[in-house]
Amino acid sequence: MSTEDRGPSMSTAFIEEPSDEELPARRMLDQDWRKVFNYGLLLALVLVFVALTNMPVNLDHRMLIEPIFSMGYLSLFWLPAVFGLVVCREPVLAGMPSHAKGSREVLAGSLVGLIGGAGLSVLTFLLDNFNLRDPLVNWSPQLLELLSFQRDTAFGIAIWLPVGLVLGTFGGLAHLLSATVRRMLSWAFASVIAFAIFETVILDLSEGFAWLGAEWLVEELYFIRGGLTMHGAAVLAVVGGLFAAFGRDRAHRAKERFDALEGTSRTRANAIGLLVVAAALVILPLFLGGITNELLANVGLFVLLALGLNIVVGLAGILDLGYVAFFAIGGYTAGILTTTNRGESWPDWMPQFYWGTALVAVVILAALAGLFIGAPVIRMRGDYLAIVTLGFGEIIRLLFLSDWLGGYTGAAQGVTNIPGVQVFGLATVKGTDPRAVFYLVLFFCAIAIYVSWRLERSRLGRAWMAIREDESVAEAMGINTVNAKLMAFVVGAVLASFSGAILAAKVGSVFPNSFIILVSIVILVVVIVGGMGNIAGVIVGSVVLIGILGGPRQPGLLQEFSEYKLLIYGVLLIWMMLKRPEGLVPNVRRTRELHQDEYLQDAWLRGEIDADSEHTDDSHSNGNTGVLPA
Amino acid sequence: MFTCGINNNPTLEGQTMERTRKLLLLLAALALFAVACGDDDEAATTGDDGDDMAETGNDMAETGNDSEMMDHLGDGSLGTITVEPGAEVQIRSLNALTGDVALFGLPIHRAIEIAVDDYGDIHGFSVSLGQGLDDLCSSDGGQAAAQTIVADEQIAGVVGTSCSGAAVAAAPLISEAGIVMISGGNTSPALTSDLAGTAGENYNEGYYRTAHNDLYQGRAMALFVFNDLGLTTAAAIHDGDPYTQGLAQAFVDAYEEIGGEITGFAGIAKGDTDMVPVLTEIAAASPQALFFPIFQPEGNFIAAQAPGVAGLEDTQLLAADGLLVAGYLALEETEGMYFSGPDSRFGENVNQSTGKSAVDFTSAYESLHGEAPTSPFWGHGYDATAMLLDAIESASYVDGDGNLVIDKAGVREHLDGLTGYNGLIGLINCDAFGDCGSQKVTVIHHLDSNDFEGSTDNVVFEYAPS
Amino acid sequence: MPPPVTAENNKLNRRLGVDAFLTFMRVVMSTFVILGLLMFIGQQIDPDNFVASRINPDATGLTAAQFEGLVISGLSQGAMYGLIALGYSMVYGVLGFINFAHGEVFMVGAMTGMITSNKLDESGAWESNFLLSLLFVLVIAIICSTLTAIIMERVAYRPLRGSPRLIPLITSIGVSFFIQNVSVVLLGPGAKSYPTLPEWLSKKRELLGFVTIEGTRLMVLVVAAISMVALWYLVERTKIGKAMRAVAEDKEIASLMGINVNRTIVTTFAVGGAMAGVAGILWGLLFRSVVHTTGFLPGIKAFSAAVVGGIGNMGGAMAGGITLGSAESVAPLILLEPWGIDGVSQLKDAVAFLVLIFVLLVKPTGLFGERLSTEDRA
Repeated sequence: MSTEDRGPSMSTAFIEEPSDEELPARRMLDQDWRKVFNYGLLLALVLVFVALTNMPVNLDHRMLIEPIFSMGYLSLFWLPAVFGLVVCREPVLAGMPSHAKGSREVLAGSLVGLIGGAGLSVLTFLLDNFNLRDPLVNWSPQLLELLSFQRDTAFGIAIWLPVGLVLGTFGGLAHLLSATVRRMLSWAFASVIAFAIFETVILDLSEGFAWLGAEWLVEELYFIRGGLTMHGAAVLAVVGGLFAAFGRDRAHRAKERFDALEGTSRTRANAIGLLVVAAALVILPLFLGGITNELLANVGLFVLLALGLNIVVGLAGILDLGYVAFFAIGGYTAGILTTTNRGESWPDWMPQFYWGTALVAVVILAALAGLFIGAPVIRMRGDYLAIVTLGFGEIIRLLFLSDWLGGYTGAAQGVTNIPGVQVFGLATVKGTDPRAVFYLVLFFCAIAIYVSWRLERSRLGRAWMAIREDESVAEAMGINTVNAKLMAFVVGAVLASFSGAILAAKVGSVFPNSFIILVSIVILVVVIVGGMGNIAGVIVGSVVLIGILGGPRQPGLLQEFSEYKLLIYGVLLIWMMLKRPEGLVPNVRRTRELHQDEYLQDAWLRGEIDADSEHTDDSHSNGNTGVLPA
Repeated sequence: MFTCGINNNPTLEGQTMERTRKLLLLLAALALFAVACGDDDEAATTGDDGDDMAETGNDMAETGNDSEMMDHLGDGSLGTITVEPGAEVQIRSLNALTGDVALFGLPIHRAIEIAVDDYGDIHGFSVSLGQGLDDLCSSDGGQAAAQTIVADEQIAGVVGTSCSGAAVAAAPLISEAGIVMISGGNTSPALTSDLAGTAGENYNEGYYRTAHNDLYQGRAMALFVFNDLGLTTAAAIHDGDPYTQGLAQAFVDAYEEIGGEITGFAGIAKGDTDMVPVLTEIAAASPQALFFPIFQPEGNFIAAQAPGVAGLEDTQLLAADGLLVAGYLALEETEGMYFSGPDSRFGENVNQSTGKSAVDFTSAYESLHGEAPTSPFWGHGYDATAMLLDAIESASYVDGDGNLVIDKAGVREHLDGLTGYNGLIGLINCDAFGDCGSQKVTVIHHLDSNDFEGSTDNVVFEYAPS
Repeated sequence: MPPPVTAENNKLNRRLGVDAFLTFMRVVMSTFVILGLLMFIGQQIDPDNFVASRINPDATGLTAAQFEGLVISGLSQGAMYGLIALGYSMVYGVLGFINFAHGEVFMVGAMTGMITSNKLDESGAWESNFLLSLLFVLVIAIICSTLTAIIMERVAYRPLRGSPRLIPLITSIGVSFFIQNVSVVLLGPGAKSYPTLPEWLSKKRELLGFVTIEGTRLMVLVVAAISMVALWYLVERTKIGKAMRAVAEDKEIASLMGINVNRTIVTTFAVGGAMAGVAGILWGLLFRSVVHTTGFLPGIKAFSAAVVGGIGNMGGAMAGGITLGSAESVAPLILLEPWGIDGVSQLKDAVAFLVLIFVLLVKPTGLFGERLSTEDRA
């Protein structure tokens, strides 16, 4: 692999529109052989790695399309295709003509696929003849069986070459397709995969919408337990493809029209959008079953946490790695004050509080903790701050866990028997009723979103952003950086403590092992993958990561992935930082900070050297519109 | 508010609809079958009276008065589960599959898989374990996983959790859904009872376990140390895990109750490697015995470093089931230690439901997973599964349409009254609060680091509460 | 008439609150430490003195042998922190960011050591020819951890050079996560043991007539000292060391002077990786057990050690490591226990972080000052 190809591709991520003129396709044998070989080798390595992680075997019983295609094989098959596609991806420079695609690209794709396939052939051979199970736990007969497609080993060794070749060729062929066809295909594929992955949620939904006949539809689509039916998959592919061809254009136009709106009409459109989303969030859970509501409630808890961290990291630019401390403080305070089974060191006269009352104490304590942790660290430089906050996070957890304070906190045995939240004597929100929990979480998320949104546009919010961009300049401009940073800590702490308090009521117990360092890091990944500094981004990040992959102590939709969850988090974090540091839903200003050089370069390429920065980022920014008034 | 009706009362409307739908499907299938067989009469009746049949079928399932009904347990008070012909009986495994505790949870999960395979069919219906659920060894993880279990009305029972913390949050949900969970790994007294007839603060109906209660083990170790070894001062170390802290506490309480003196109770953090500080803390009072019911790798460090700490040279080291694994006993420095734990002389024991012995199990396990089980609770997981399947078998019958009907109340009834069951772990009797584990706790004396079997069979003390 | 509001004045006013708080914290922490120490000394003299009988009734005091054991364990643990801290310190000096994943490089060293030594043990070479096998294991571990460090730099950090400060830091968290979990999925989550060491190495021996020390701990100290000297020689006396110092000082000027900046940075990573590999093997031999998380907390503590000693300062890193290791081992018993806190060993990690916070509050440049570069990184 070479970093040389990576350099330019970073800047080109932003220019999608190809140039009008095209140079003729290059000759088939006019290859950068070394690059092809390197990619092939890398593919082989990745394939062998994936096989040895046991992902194919573990995911094999999750059927995507019954009975032909399981997620296990998907975990291998997608790689050659993607590598075959990427090997000939060239930087498209605005205003510069590029070569047309032809047989050269297909050949490169096939070769890469072939080399990758050979990697698996070799692995199959080695699996059969050597026993490396001692260090490599997944060096198992099951893997061999899977790699040889349940036939004999010779078949397995032989078959991976053509399989790799075909898949790689597919990847290469994608270059030849017109944009529409490619989009149709990818949509078709994506919709099949999405429906297969979201099976649990869709089944759950179908029960809620049974009166619409949804159950019948679902019966058609899905096999009894797990996987789409063949005809279901076919129907989905067609619908997805057609949608890509026709529907997407219309959606695009609608978005353009929306973007063109100005002034009051835009505000109104935004308000309507917001109302629709809000109404959907309020009404939809009524139709959802336990699993989805539970999932949504967990996502909501992380939305709260991530919104808080977003203020600290995304707006003020303070890398707080001990954020879980505030989550813990919220959980423990609420738990201890409301439990019926309190530690023996508390005085007897202390009453058992109502959750709402306890929340006041939670907020005060969290704010104080924010000040206490914030004060010593705000003068430190970024990396010292990171490590010290991480230390504080551990210290807080260790204190809750220690026998020393065990009389108060329950030490390792945690705080149990926490009753739920009584809502006006009407209902009790507790873990057995995930829908009620979701509404509670939703309520607090709404508060958090409103607060974040207001703060972002307030004087304080602008001060934070100024500090993030350059602290000394901010200070010179008369911003009280110390106070502003402390405020970031406090606001973040309070939001996280809400999440902790809800967690206590939801789970009915609090244990120290729910508040490990991992939680801080997962929240950070959520914020970064979603888009630092962007409310919509943070929400998207939580839904995608916590909802689908699962949180540190929360299973996600893809339960099968739980073993690989952290691995995927790591990969995502690296990949996002390298390729898209602004996140899935970027914040305009943040993106500009991160890609300043590239914007200037792009502008120059377009011959707009004189163009002001406002103009250059109009063409790329697709973020920050979301559901919120921008 | 129509939706609230459906969702708040899943047992009534939801189930009825579900059942009607399934019956219709079934009838279609039957019709096809009948046509294929060429039996005109049958086909005609089914076709004509489809709707009537559906209703009768419904009644049959609900009242359970059908003439073809087999003898089964249960009064139907918790509802029933209907498994259509060709479908599978659904149970789930809910154990710690990832994280630090995977070492402890994975063997249980794998034992459950093997047990399901060994058990075979229930009244001709095969059993499916589905995807293994992860309790993440935490209350939030347990709750989320339990939520996915109760959402699937076909699931008849759960084997899990591994960690008591997860069970605290999962058990209320499972209990409310009317099904049962049998754990092979929980030992916290709070989940069952204090052994004196008082329910624990986290006890829920429908909760059972084959693992022993911490209080038994703590008491067994205390009695052994005080009476048999004649040591009058002792200290305990835990690692901040609810399990190890609870067991260490149980030991300390029991030891003080019978007259011993506790000179120290200290904790370490998971991931610590240098045990000299904690050992020095303990050594200040030179206890005669040191009980550390923790796990690997921290247990390795204590065994290796304790003799080197001034004041602990002659201290007798004691550990519990968490360290009763081949990898630990193979360390030379562990020779001479005593280990409390469930009676692990599984050798000759045969599970009465599957007919497999512990030896069969371990060989199956090793050939499947390439290693020996990393914790001694696999037997508990295996027996828990066999018991659950037995309970389902005795609480179910095949109705006139070939459906398997499982009476949820019957499953509990079976387990409540379970006595004299022969499992891999020994004789199993369930008490009123779900403690089914073979409550015989043993202490073994480890003498030879090259002979795992020999050491685990070298039982020097047995404790079976009356 | 109110005083004129100048920028300077304003700045003074607004800093007052936080500064007062920080001073307060410094005073509280120092008082806590000093009083704890005094009470400890009091306990040593008479465990039942009037202070101890009130605050810490079960005080017993430590024997000399126990104290010695604590110090030696602290030193050997600290020497390993020091070895890892060298890598942090060098990378920080040259690139100005914390390579969070450096702890994982250490773990890779320990893991490869475990695999190789167990394979050697199976073949019998470990017992028959211990020293040679140890050398072999060491070489393999160094190669693997160096390679890990180099690949890490190439793939994850080089493309990010010049991006905002937080970006490579966050990336390194991702890398750390990734490597840890690769170890989980490939090698399994369980703890893995090193084979037994020969008796002559692991037994306790008398040293200089009054110190009793286990052979393995002695070996850790000796190897750490040797590595330290070798590193010092490399950085201060060789051409490549000169290049490193130049790059740390100013990358652009260094490249103008004909220094290959990329190669120098790779070398820095490689040397740091090799040190971590050595530390990994020592760790494996001393504790004889590795897990995938072996690198995480020690890595963070090693970074703390580098900060405590003064980042970018080689000698400081080692000294910081030893300070932190000893503090972690000794402080719970001599500073916390006298206050009557139960189960102080549980707070060992908390103590390590408190030492870091305390040092940063009192002397933000670390105990021995920062070096390698004078570039302002605030």
